[in-house]
Amino acid sequence: MHYHWNWLVFLSRVPSGETTYLAWLLVGLQWTVALSLLSWITALVIGTPLGVLRTVPNRWLSGFAAAYVAIFRNIPLLVQLFIWYFVVPELVPRNLGDWFKQTNPLFQEFIASWLCLGLFTAARVTEQVRAGINSLGRGQQGAGLAMGLTLPQTYRYVLLPMAFRIILPPLTSEFLNTIKNSAVATTVGLVELSRQAQQLVDYTAQPYEAFIAVTLLYLALNGLVMFFMHVLERRTRVPGYMVSR
Amino acid sequence: MYEFDWSSIPGALPYLAHGAIITLEITFTAIIVGIVWGTLLAVARLSSITILARLAALYVNLFRSIPLVMVILWFFLIVPQAIQSLFGGAIQDIRLTSALVAFSLFQAAYYSEIIRAGIQSVPKGQAEAAYAVGMRYRQVMLLVVLPQAFRNMVPLLLTQSIILFQDTALVYVIGLGDFFGTAQRVGERDGRIVELLLFAGAVYFVICSASSYVVKRLQERAA
Repeated sequence: MHYHWNWLVFLSRVPSGETTYLAWLLVGLQWTVALSLLSWITALVIGTPLGVLRTVPNRWLSGFAAAYVAIFRNIPLLVQLFIWYFVVPELVPRNLGDWFKQTNPLFQEFIASWLCLGLFTAARVTEQVRAGINSLGRGQQGAGLAMGLTLPQTYRYVLLPMAFRIILPPLTSEFLNTIKNSAVATTVGLVELSRQAQQLVDYTAQPYEAFIAVTLLYLALNGLVMFFMHVLERRTRVPGYMVSR
Repeated sequence: MYEFDWSSIPGALPYLAHGAIITLEITFTAIIVGIVWGTLLAVARLSSITILARLAALYVNLFRSIPLVMVILWFFLIVPQAIQSLFGGAIQDIRLTSALVAFSLFQAAYYSEIIRAGIQSVPKGQAEAAYAVGMRYRQVMLLVVLPQAFRNMVPLLLTQSIILFQDTALVYVIGLGDFFGTAQRVGERDGRIVELLLFAGAVYFVICSASSYVVKRLQERAA
């Protein structure tokens, strides 16, 4: 096997001559970060109330949240993405669908990937929030209500602040999963990291350099998130609680 | 409003069934190879030989930090070249082979974490008792520790396998015609992508919901 390593390939110009292949990789990194962050925020915003609903004493509300989780967890992410990208624009009112299909392709790819990844991850956040609240024991809720707090207040001031601290480690791995899952957006053509890896293979015929670089970038993102979540975990720790963990 | 037309699905069922076989082939190969290789990795990781434990940890952490899409692409790059340098001749369709290798090695990393936790959940006294009656390391592991560990982790292994089953759709990135890929192609061919994608989603939903339900019942019975 004669493979000619050429790490300088990243500095050579792309066919159009405008930028270098390194710049392509950085563009990919930007889209991966943008998609992951936006989806993660969406997942927290939607998953937290759903996780609360999972635990409230109302059959309809908790059933609704359970159905949401069942749907989004039992269909492959790739299928969900294709449904957002190909199916939903056909099923929404025609005006909206036509408008969407006439927008910039990059915009379409990003919106579909964002909705898909955000709502998919929300189902997983829902389950984590539920587990966190359930791990607190009934006493906390009872104490909150006995103090004269309403049920929403009990959640806001007693249950959720503790639950979130407890589920910080699993939430960290969900965030890492979100970054990894964002690579699925390559299938609809979004120019995130793994798409750029494939582009570089096609354009430069230096597949190993391209794949190694992209793999290292994913590892770096992973490390960065773990670092920040560790800092957050230390900052938010309740003194004297969970020392044994 | 969109007008649904499901008529292209019945005629496409033979193709879809063929795709489903590929999906199942990847799933079950990855489950079997993944659990065997994952067990070896877990045992290596818990072994007292530092270098072995470090290598196993490196393997597991590396695979768990990279997107599955990248892993599939990596193996699609490596496997054909490896096969060529090993066997010389060209192999007809390397996509399936490289997908099988990629999923098996990738899943092993995830299984090994479950198995490691399972091994650690077996009380230390069990292994000590086995050593005390004169068993060797292999016997202790195979006859005493692993059987108990596996009983504890069956639900988790099954849940992970359901995730794996869903993830196999990602072979789309190397153009392999699994169940999803076939559905997508038929939809494209007939201009019925909406119906085919919804159909594929429904099939996955039914299979995964039913399997999750079974796992849940199993868990309740074990508890």
